Amino acid sequence: MIQFLIDGLVNGSIIALGAVGLSITYNVLRFANFAQGEVLAVGAYVSLALVSLMGVGIGRLGPISLGWPLLGSMVFSMLVTCLLVLGVDWVLFRVLRQKQASRITFIIAAFGVSMMVRNVITLIAGGDQLFYSFYIPKAIKIMEGVKILPDDLLILFITLISVISLHVFLNRSTMGKKMRAVAENPALAMVSGINVERVFKWSWILGASLAAVAGTLHAHITQLDPEMGFELILPMFAALVVGGVTSVYGAVLGGLLIGLSESFAVAGGGAAYRGAISFMILILVLVFRPQGILGEKERDD
Amino acid sequence: MIEVISYLIFFLIICSFYVLSCLGLNIQYGYTGMFNVGVAGFFAIGAYTSALLTGPRYPDTVVGGFDLPIVVGWVAAIMVSGLAGMLVGLITLRLREDFLAISTFGIAISLQLVANNVDSLTRGPNGLYALPKPFAKVSDNPLIDNLLYLLLCLVLVAMVYLALERIVKSPWGRVLRSIREDEVAASAMGKNVFSFRLQAFVVGCAIMGLSGAMYANFMRFISPQDFMPIFTIQVLVMLVVGGKGNNLGAILGAIMIWTLWSASDSLISVMVTPDFQTQAAALRLITIGVVLVLMLIFRPAGLLPEKNTQS
Repeated sequence: MIQFLIDGLVNGSIIALGAVGLSITYNVLRFANFAQGEVLAVGAYVSLALVSLMGVGIGRLGPISLGWPLLGSMVFSMLVTCLLVLGVDWVLFRVLRQKQASRITFIIAAFGVSMMVRNVITLIAGGDQLFYSFYIPKAIKIMEGVKILPDDLLILFITLISVISLHVFLNRSTMGKKMRAVAENPALAMVSGINVERVFKWSWILGASLAAVAGTLHAHITQLDPEMGFELILPMFAALVVGGVTSVYGAVLGGLLIGLSESFAVAGGGAAYRGAISFMILILVLVFRPQGILGEKERDD
Repeated sequence: MIEVISYLIFFLIICSFYVLSCLGLNIQYGYTGMFNVGVAGFFAIGAYTSALLTGPRYPDTVVGGFDLPIVVGWVAAIMVSGLAGMLVGLITLRLREDFLAISTFGIAISLQLVANNVDSLTRGPNGLYALPKPFAKVSDNPLIDNLLYLLLCLVLVAMVYLALERIVKSPWGRVLRSIREDEVAASAMGKNVFSFRLQAFVVGCAIMGLSGAMYANFMRFISPQDFMPIFTIQVLVMLVVGGKGNNLGAILGAIMIWTLWSASDSLISVMVTPDFQTQAAALRLITIGVVLVLMLIFRPAGLLPEKNTQS
């Protein structure tokens, strides 16, 4: 029981970190970014590239089976992923904004980008599964019937740090406040002298950095393959909707809830339907509480 | 020569399935401004409905194998897909348009899981086989059978096209376009925006369901592999390239993209060594993505833009 709880929280942390980026694009740039899964995948693959280049393995930290080489690669990957995402924004989404394209056009564009990125990954890294390392970490027994992987604890810790930094950024920094202002009312933000394009850039940076972390951690505990992001997009959307689309913290809460539900569904013997769990929860929430747990009533804009 | 003709017939039959799905998406996206990311899902619902109703009894399934006439299967496919569209629409069409996109995406993914795992209904990855095919008993020559099947497809495409043209030019179609352009204005005019959207969405899904059923009874075998998300992207690119909001554009786009797709398929299998097939396939998908993005940026109205209608 506790075992599944931990598994669910770890899996949920990754979904939550990815869903934060989804929430930011949804509220600030105002569209459902179907390419967010691929941002995670790119983050994971960039980490892999650097780890392989360094050639010293992923290192160790005491009982934890990943060390500074992988953590360093992850930080590097955050940078590269941000640059790539900003590049795509500059080439595509910025142009669509200038043309004042409809929201559906943005969704379609994101859908197209997601397919392209998946195939660029296939083209460069091949379609096979890859791993950071083949080392299988040892679980530590903490009580009768409950074993914990030290790596899981690290992932929970990193998630906690990320969410706290996010909170501080959104509430203390000027850019964070501007971001919330644009999310609340873009026209008002603009007449208040906020450079909206700059806010958009920082929104992408924030979402992509967290996604790179999530992607790398996900790849560490599972594996890398071009479809990894595509498999995460539905749970992430479900997290967004369950938590409440208008709230970033809702996305975190939703991510943990989706992770836990998936884990308990697997425990209940429904492993094959794991992917459909998020969809069922999504539909239930849309029917009974469309604004989600923490969300406000949808702004009509 | 015979091979060329028989390939051409096969090509056109498959193309007509895409044309129908593209017409279905056009009434949703092109005319009413609703984006359906689950075209493959509704296509699959139609295919499995018809397969279960018209197919033979399999030793390892619990439901299905009713051996009903194909007409029954196809009509049921239209109805079940329409009903599925109605359910999704009822839940999401009152909310922001992103929710429809997310939910239809979820439908397509979940249906794939169901098709892959509910062995007692779909035989999982092994698929449903030996489905009846119309005109299969007319002659011993498969060429003639396929030619007759193609004629049937053309008749159905023509019927759907004419019906759609008629309804989009009617006052009903004008309401759809007015909703797309300005939802608030449409509802201020006393139009029930939600109800019109729902109707348009159901019509589109029903057409996708029909094309799925036609696919199933033509191929005589379906498996979850046939309903991958790539199908949705193909249909979407067809519509964007051809011209959303123009039924002729939808047809043109479907024919063009399917021609390019098949041509590149043959090209890859001839030119590329087996070691690089994965890369070649990836490259092709990247190309189609680039086409989509370029169209969205430089020619969002498509090759055959929507005609300005004044009334």
